[in-house]
Amino acid sequence: MPKIVAATGNEGVANALRQVTPDVCAAYPITPQTELMQRFSSFVSNGQVQTELVLVESEHSAMSACVGASAAGGRVATATSSQGLALMWEILYIASGLRLPIVMPVVNRSLSAPLNIHCDHSDAMGARDSGWIQIWSENAQEAYDNTIQAFRIAEHLDIRLPVMICYDGFIIGHSISRIEYLEDGEVQNFVGEFRQVNPLLDIEHPLSYGPLILPDYYMEYRKAQDEVASKVSKIVLDVADEFKKLSGRKYGLFETYRLDDADIGIVILNSAAGTTKDVIDEFRDRGIKAGLLKPRLYRPFPYVEMGEALKYLKAICVLDRSDAFGGSFGQMFLDISTSLYPYDKKPLLINKIYGLGGRDYLPEHAEHVLNELIEITRSGKVKAYKEYIGVRE
Amino acid sequence: MAKILKLRELSKKDVLISAGHRMCAGCGAPTVVKMVLMASDYPVIAANSTGCLEVSTCISDYTAWKIPWIHSAFENAAATISGVETMYRALKKQGKIDREIKFIAFGGDGGTYDIGLQSLSGAMERGHDMLYICYDNGAYMNTGIQRSSATPFGADTTTRPAGSAVPGKTEQRKNLTRIMAAHDIPYVAQASPSHWMDLMKKVRKALEIKGPKFMNILSPCNRGWRSRTDDSIMLSRLAVETCHWPLYEVENGVTKITFRPKQKRPVEDFLRPQGRFKHLFKPENEWIIKKSQEDIDREWEKLQKEEALFAS
Repeated sequence: MPKIVAATGNEGVANALRQVTPDVCAAYPITPQTELMQRFSSFVSNGQVQTELVLVESEHSAMSACVGASAAGGRVATATSSQGLALMWEILYIASGLRLPIVMPVVNRSLSAPLNIHCDHSDAMGARDSGWIQIWSENAQEAYDNTIQAFRIAEHLDIRLPVMICYDGFIIGHSISRIEYLEDGEVQNFVGEFRQVNPLLDIEHPLSYGPLILPDYYMEYRKAQDEVASKVSKIVLDVADEFKKLSGRKYGLFETYRLDDADIGIVILNSAAGTTKDVIDEFRDRGIKAGLLKPRLYRPFPYVEMGEALKYLKAICVLDRSDAFGGSFGQMFLDISTSLYPYDKKPLLINKIYGLGGRDYLPEHAEHVLNELIEITRSGKVKAYKEYIGVRE
Repeated sequence: MAKILKLRELSKKDVLISAGHRMCAGCGAPTVVKMVLMASDYPVIAANSTGCLEVSTCISDYTAWKIPWIHSAFENAAATISGVETMYRALKKQGKIDREIKFIAFGGDGGTYDIGLQSLSGAMERGHDMLYICYDNGAYMNTGIQRSSATPFGADTTTRPAGSAVPGKTEQRKNLTRIMAAHDIPYVAQASPSHWMDLMKKVRKALEIKGPKFMNILSPCNRGWRSRTDDSIMLSRLAVETCHWPLYEVENGVTKITFRPKQKRPVEDFLRPQGRFKHLFKPENEWIIKKSQEDIDREWEKLQKEEALFAS
């Protein structure tokens, strides 16, 4: 029987980690992730989970210890946010390059300077090409469910790649909402026993991890990594199917909301998708064919599937909660544009930057965007391809 | 307690870093690694920071390491091996592994004194059962002899070359061995490949002690020291006999000098055979040699006092 609780997103994810029981967890405190590891640490202190904690002196060492522990041959997790993820950056590439199935919740937060502890997606967007799988989550339930699925995906023998589970700092991390927990035994059966691949601890079969590869073979190695990552989409879908049987909750590469017959659409990640769905309902009530697409698997990005889902629309706004400066577009806008480029007939596309550093994203912002999309479909003209919303002029 | 080392028995042991690696002829590091691994009676898993030793011993598809070995990055050998050791403890607790295994990290002075100091300090403080070995050749040799905080006072390096305005390195060496001893870990030692028995005994002692251990081992580099390829061991001996590199250990806070030169030689004897100190023998740089001697004398004096303190 599932247990329904009122819990914060961080609490839910901490509970998912307890249920999965990684062999080793290395962590370092950073807002707004801290609550997650505090809760997990109290599970350890109270004997509710048999995980060895490594309380390191920095995120750089957290990821380094995870690399060592994962190569040693066991299940490994950590968690971080913002500057912590930025400090890990160097080792993120080593974790994926060495094909180590580390699982890491990333509680999304802005980057300095200026210093700001609140939500935006700059942190994970900066690491989108680090070779990690990225799965994004709208609410606490999704963050919980995605954390459990992440272990199955990461540890799949066809890929063995690290996974980030992204969810919004404070908005989801610290807010209390309804979460349906699976039973401990169900989660443990679902993730299964960890299967070792070339463990460093196998003294009888000594291996060298992390060789130097010069120009003669480096590129082949990178191409092989690309080929491995190309298998991720199918595995994510297979794991989602199995998870649906267990939980009744359906997951895909992305979620579409009232998109099938839509003329205008919004593409948006994480918690802001919830707000947007409400506004879309209001527009639908007024007879306006509006829809939404919320990416879930962001890396590797499912370009073909995304293009197929969006190509019928007349106008789309991609809302990015992260920026590139000097008129450069938001990261997700670039990916959506790439998805649609191959089609002769394609929607008009605009980009809005919203919610940086925890700035509220309100229903009126979604209304404003949808009204603009209506205008674009009427006139066939785009006034501005990139604009900021919810900002003082 | 580890058994006494016997040369006859040592000669029968496998050399766990194979010949054919691409370290320079005359480099001290592979000699140090060979001695360290030979000293262990236990299976060893090693981590290696980026550097000469790492790039020259594992170029795909070849490896010189006959033990499990991991290289991750430059500054994180200590954190990496701490992760391996933690997984070992986790799996041992679960009954999935029962063998006694020892964990050793190797880093050069750049990867240890400088960029890896935080990672090392953290791993030591956390109390992992590991031995960290710094092979100290006194500069960033892998990238081409740049100054590090381990570079001796006055030495010529490519980023602090001796010129008409700057006489080489103008700062004293960081005393890393003391910094590690200040962590109050169970065992810290300084060793030199010239005194191989002393070095190997220290490794054996360290591996018998549970908890974090640190050894700083001098590792001559003929490219950076501008010396003859066949002078490595002689130079490391001179470093010890001049007390530029005193051999001592700090076990549970107790300092013990493990080799006392019969007659302490003047520092010039160590400096003269090395091209990196050539400019110090010009009259205008005499003060550098004088200051180096004073620094050495003071440290040697201090070590003897500390030893006496515990002997009484």
